[in-house]
Amino acid sequence: MEMILQGIVQAFVMIFSGDPEIYEITWLTLKVSGTATIISLVVGVPLGMFLAWARFPGRKIYISIVNTTMGFPPVVVGLWVFLFLARSGPLGDFELLFTPAAIVIAQSIIATPIITGLTSAAIMQVDERMRLQIRSLGATKYQTLFLVIREARYSLLAAVIAGFGAAISEIGASMMVGGNIKGYTRVLTTATVMETSKGNTEVAIGISIILLTLAYLVTLGLTLLQQREVKN
Amino acid sequence: MRTFFSKNSLTVIIFVLIMALLSACGSNNANNAGQENTDSQEPAASENGHEQNQETKEFVILATTTSTQDSGLLDVLVPMYEEQTGYRVKTIAVGTGKALAMGEQGEADVLLVHAPASEKVLVDNGDVINRQLVMHNDFVVVGPADDPAGIQSEKKASDAFAKIASAGQIFVSRGDDSGTHKKELSIWKQTGQEPSGQWYQESGQGMGQTLRIASEKGGYTLTDRATYLALQDEIDLKILVEGEASLLNIYHVMQVNPEKSDKINADAAEKFVSFMLAEETQAVIAEFGVDQYGQPLFFADGGKTEEAFAQ
Repeated sequence: MEMILQGIVQAFVMIFSGDPEIYEITWLTLKVSGTATIISLVVGVPLGMFLAWARFPGRKIYISIVNTTMGFPPVVVGLWVFLFLARSGPLGDFELLFTPAAIVIAQSIIATPIITGLTSAAIMQVDERMRLQIRSLGATKYQTLFLVIREARYSLLAAVIAGFGAAISEIGASMMVGGNIKGYTRVLTTATVMETSKGNTEVAIGISIILLTLAYLVTLGLTLLQQREVKN
Repeated sequence: MRTFFSKNSLTVIIFVLIMALLSACGSNNANNAGQENTDSQEPAASENGHEQNQETKEFVILATTTSTQDSGLLDVLVPMYEEQTGYRVKTIAVGTGKALAMGEQGEADVLLVHAPASEKVLVDNGDVINRQLVMHNDFVVVGPADDPAGIQSEKKASDAFAKIASAGQIFVSRGDDSGTHKKELSIWKQTGQEPSGQWYQESGQGMGQTLRIASEKGGYTLTDRATYLALQDEIDLKILVEGEASLLNIYHVMQVNPEKSDKINADAAEKFVSFMLAEETQAVIAEFGVDQYGQPLFFADGGKTEEAFAQ
């Protein structure tokens, strides 16, 4: 119990003493997971809408594949990204292994299926008749698209929250392809593991509290956005 | 459509948020202009930068064991090296098995590891060159203070291991092909028996975690002294067997053979080897940990050969 209290105190000390290393790690975490979330959005939202609307043979199979990969174990993603980015791997020439970009790639692969799956579920929920009605009122294809997205926006925001949550909380892939390099690819989750094995449990507790706070603040921001719209 | 847009502030806000994040990434890129390859816009950048990389490699990948990182030694040595040479070190702290494999595949530039027998295989195969002895510390057998297997009187680790096995007391093995794991297996080999059964548990994790597991379960384990000292306040384990010559834990530094791949930063690796052996570095190693633990965590051995330990 004493150790837990010390950890909580340590968290506040680290936050308010302005320890530059902690700020650097926190900022990198936010940047990496934020970028991965945006990439996943750019890929996942159109893909999810396509799966929701398009009718083609094997569509249900594709949807079930996406739904399965929503639960992709991060270490599996980490292993494959490692193999591809390694010097001896097919993408070795880009020298991306053990860089923040490698973590972004891995986290994007983890978050994209989540955003795709939730997007297609959200869009499918929008009443088909509404879409037909919008079209019949003379809306162009893009106006229709826009209105349907608007109709599904709460569920879409939930998809963003879930995708960001998966990216920021993941550790297996960050450790494998990032390498937990001090001042370069060390993120909050890998720092927590390292400090624990170093025996700095208070520091580890402190970092984990910062991670939770960060995840909460981002989610809070998105939720407020979501709920404000509900009131309107 | 005008009213539609003013109502739908959500879309605008999301757009602004995305732009803000993107620009944040962008501005950070500008801040880090000195460091190459920092961000997500990288694929394009490094495609162009590839040719330059051949001439001036900025990074050197050091594959090493968790013990050198967890003890905090590298936090002292790496900045010294970076200042002296201008190279930036990417330290990948993994088990020795993984570190050696990275050397074998040319994924690392320089190795700092502690499994002499396995290292010699790499030397013989021409995977690594310029292998030099850097320092040593020692392994100790730790266990619960009440010592249910009664190993404290033993002088030899193998006798202690045999007693733990016959008493059926819990022994937590690293089980991760690390240097410590290799050492542990060689001690089991001396006892002439295969460790297996309910009492023999493999954690598959680093030394720190393994010590915690052993402590929680009231079991025994083999550990390097540095990690034990760093954790001793948080665990209920005591040093029970120590001091045997074969328990020495010897660290070597070596360059990955640059002929393996043109991506290997041979110059930085060579400089790292000479840096580790330099008088100033050796003095830092010898002093490291004294202020915190009252005893050094590593003994500097620059210039010695392994034969010196055999006697």
